[in-house]
Amino acid sequence: MNSTILNYIQNNKDSIFNEWLDATKENADERVTKVVSDQVFIGTSREFIDLIISNIKSSNEEFTSKLSDFSEKIVRLGWPLSFVTKGLQTFGKIVFEDMQETGIVTQENQMKVIYEFDSWMTPMVNEVVNMYSSTWERTVSLQKIALQELSAPLIPVFEGITVMPLVGTIDTERAKQIMENLLNGVVKHRSEVVLIDITGVPVVDTMVAHHIIQAADAVRLVGAKCMLVGIRPEIAQTIVNLGIDLNQFTTKNTLKKGVEAALELTSRKIVNVEGVE
Amino acid sequence: MENQSCVKIINEWDIVAARQLGRNVAKELGFGTVDQARITTAISELARNIYLYAGQGQVCIEKIYDGGKAGLRIVAVDSGPGINDLRQVMEDGFSTSGGLGAGLPGVKRLMDEFLIDSNPGTGTDIKATKWLR
Repeated sequence: MNSTILNYIQNNKDSIFNEWLDATKENADERVTKVVSDQVFIGTSREFIDLIISNIKSSNEEFTSKLSDFSEKIVRLGWPLSFVTKGLQTFGKIVFEDMQETGIVTQENQMKVIYEFDSWMTPMVNEVVNMYSSTWERTVSLQKIALQELSAPLIPVFEGITVMPLVGTIDTERAKQIMENLLNGVVKHRSEVVLIDITGVPVVDTMVAHHIIQAADAVRLVGAKCMLVGIRPEIAQTIVNLGIDLNQFTTKNTLKKGVEAALELTSRKIVNVEGVE
Repeated sequence: MENQSCVKIINEWDIVAARQLGRNVAKELGFGTVDQARITTAISELARNIYLYAGQGQVCIEKIYDGGKAGLRIVAVDSGPGINDLRQVMEDGFSTSGGLGAGLPGVKRLMDEFLIDSNPGTGTDIKATKWLR
């Protein structure tokens, strides 16, 4: 690292910071200023500048760990990535222009300084972008896992009767899981009747219907009966419009009716007990 | 255009985004729950066709006004392989992917107007409209 640039930045830290803050505030869109107070904004900005400067002074590893902490904080604050990269650019520009004004950068050494500057700024920008994307990637993959966890539970409710409540959108991945869980569960719980509850499925299109039909076929092959419950009126109409044939299913509009029908199929019923205190 | 918003269909989750958009617009226009379900299902079918067969494309939702009538138009455009035989795909039960084959004829029944334009090699352009009654 060129010592002239380093010295310059260290000596003029505060003036650079103020200039940077003004420039950035103008650029900052609502997303940044709305979510955080002025104090947080200035505090974080100062940290940002300190971080940039520490890049010059401290070792690489130290900087990387600092940067990752900082990136996480920014992501949590909800600052957009473009704002941060722009901030870095603005910082570079301010330093360079100031150095030009004070005569440290002259016509002769201009190219050299630019080169030095670039080899200092570019890795930093890369690192920030990297940190950002890996933080996001982690969030997304965690959410994916969380989603998988609640994707297709199978609940035994009576002997021989199990319920699979489906909530949310069904994509190919989930459809596969539904099928697997359904078949494993049927065998494990020795179910005679399985109720698939689609009350929580927002849209039943041909793909969803196709997957449900396939699952029901497979369930029949392992010796159980499949019932489709929780069909809302509007879903019933769209299914008819689409011309999907669900004739091989017993369908009920609520889980309650489905359970009653399932009990009937297994020669049982729910009775009110009289004469018990 | 203010009355039109589009969703690019690149992966499976974009289908969800497209139908979310459709549902919101349908709600804004004052469609009832049954028609909302019809519209979202139609969007789901068209978007899934793009995802399955063309790889990528775009679904646009338009608010349209004609005389005193208001309506919602779904425009699904892709530049995929196109459709060889339009008559065949509009038949119930025809599918090249092992599906139910109810998608396109289903959409036609779900919506009030249905226009399909497709040429092999240049892609497919589908316009489906639902009028507010």
